Amino acid sequence: MDILNDVNAIFRDVLENDDLVITPDTTSADVEEWDSLNHIQLVVSIEKHFKLKFSANEIRNWKNVGEMCDAISLKLSA
Amino acid sequence: MLIDFQTLKSQAKGIQKNNFKKAKIAILGNYTTQFLAKSIEYSGLKHSLEFEIYNAEYDQIESEIYDLNSGLYNFNADFVFITISSLKLQSKFYALSAEKKASFCRDYITDLTNLINVLNSRIKTKIIINNLEILNDQVFGNFYAKVDQSFVSNIYDLNAGLLQLARTFDNLYLFDLNGLIQYYGTRHIRDWSQYVNADLHYSLDFHAAISEKLVAFIGAFLGAIKKCVIVDLDNTMWGGIIGDDGLQGIQIGSLGIGKSYTELQKWIKQLKERGVIVAVCSKNTESIAKEPFEKHPEMVLKLDDIAVFIANWENKADNIRAIQQILNIGFDSMVFLDDNPAERAIIRQNLPAVCVPELPEDPALYLDYLKSLHLFETASFSTGDKDRTKQYQEEAQRQQLQFTVTNIEDYLKSLQMEIVIEPFDPMDIPRIAQLTQRSNQFNLRTIRYSEVEIRDMATDSSNYFTCSVKLKDKFGDYGLISVLILKRLNSESLFIDTWVMSCRVLKRGVENAVVNYCVALAKNNGFHQLVGEYISTAKNDLVREHYPSLGFADKEGFWHLDVQNFKPLIHYIN
Repeated sequence: MDILNDVNAIFRDVLENDDLVITPDTTSADVEEWDSLNHIQLVVSIEKHFKLKFSANEIRNWKNVGEMCDAISLKLSA
Repeated sequence: MLIDFQTLKSQAKGIQKNNFKKAKIAILGNYTTQFLAKSIEYSGLKHSLEFEIYNAEYDQIESEIYDLNSGLYNFNADFVFITISSLKLQSKFYALSAEKKASFCRDYITDLTNLINVLNSRIKTKIIINNLEILNDQVFGNFYAKVDQSFVSNIYDLNAGLLQLARTFDNLYLFDLNGLIQYYGTRHIRDWSQYVNADLHYSLDFHAAISEKLVAFIGAFLGAIKKCVIVDLDNTMWGGIIGDDGLQGIQIGSLGIGKSYTELQKWIKQLKERGVIVAVCSKNTESIAKEPFEKHPEMVLKLDDIAVFIANWENKADNIRAIQQILNIGFDSMVFLDDNPAERAIIRQNLPAVCVPELPEDPALYLDYLKSLHLFETASFSTGDKDRTKQYQEEAQRQQLQFTVTNIEDYLKSLQMEIVIEPFDPMDIPRIAQLTQRSNQFNLRTIRYSEVEIRDMATDSSNYFTCSVKLKDKFGDYGLISVLILKRLNSESLFIDTWVMSCRVLKRGVENAVVNYCVALAKNNGFHQLVGEYISTAKNDLVREHYPSLGFADKEGFWHLDVQNFKPLIHYIN
């Protein structure tokens, strides 16, 4: 679950909420600061952190944090 | 490479606003500008500027400007940044008929001219428009120039049209977006998947790059200008160590990697011609350090180009303090170039206001890196600027004379000063505007004026009296060194709206001569008193006691001088 930890840290940094705890089930509806603008910043920070690039479709299809982490894990193992 | 949006954000979050200069910026874009707005705010804080931002709705440039009730007209912007994305323009262009495509540029410039005229008729502001990204859609390939309905052709024409607009409208400036895109490369400025998903026209990080450059430019209007570049010599201005390698051994010009240094010197020479002061600060024996300047045929910079030359074995922080004393400019207007990280660290620690670029290790990269920092943005240029170095050299001679004369009266008399005080001459307006923008220390109210505003006041003789002051002495011509704008308050009082003076002529008695002139002017026009005001800033402590020292009396925060009972002040200027 290293990926989730790292993603959580990125969420805290970008959303400026040091107490934020996310789980695989978390969606944007659960986190007040997670709006469309911050979403873009999250994606960019995650891409930089894990040194990877998502396709337009991948970004579009995530339903929750879990799917985001799955996509990262898939890319890292590829 | 590309500055990071997230890093910029966290840098800005840690900054305490402390007496920052303020400005209001309206952003009108034909694309989503939320990130740009945030980024401009962050970059501002980094440069000690506090911006209030009005970010218009997406693609509402026309309605914001035409509609008198728009948010723009409620906002009172100091700057209006009109930002146009070529991607958006392209989709509008594609929807046009062949005939309309051919006249696209003409139509667009006509519309824009109209918009600017309307905006200017309603508010007084500075307008900044980006030049348009050269977006080659590859529809006509390299045949584009032959086809008036190719998008690329139109973009080039539009940029030429924008250039023309900037020459036509005094208050319109062109932001060099293309220069920035060229520097970072088209592949880094856009994230196509974010464009598809979120209609983000530029990558997140490129917004930060835009704001850094834009804020440097806006900062120049607000007086945040670098006036002086101080250079180290060994391995900064040439390769090798002059004391060890000798005249034949240092790398400059065709020898070794000399080209790196030659190119840098050429750039610095161009800056000097523009009016940036060049000073030397080197750990060397002075005579040896000067040798290349005097004798090396491939040196671009000559001793004539250097306003202050300090080469000794003292520590560089003290030497930079000495340079600051002679030039009499703020530390925050100085840039220090040194290849040695330890020297850079010493300056950063001792003189944190001095800008010390972290030069790359490879000298071949010095110039490219320096150009990326937008250090020498300026909001004005006058032809007198290039003489500034000569003036500082003359100043050094004056300082020597001062040592040989024992009392100040004799010294002032021996300078054989001549002064000319007159209403603003249209030829001088760029220099006058520049003085109001650049002067920080001898500036009583620190109101910055553009050339347009100065021109308006100069022609409004029923409300304003203007004075420009020029001084010369036996060592040379100072040129235009002081500016006063006097405003009619009522039939009795003449208010000193602006009084700025170049610090180079402090303690010469210029103020006394100016007050005598102003009193005569006030009397001749039937006024009873001159009224002055001192508005304190972080930098103008120098003139806190200015009005009382000239005989003005305190009245509820303003300084009054009765012109009827005034006894002319003593000075030694003819």
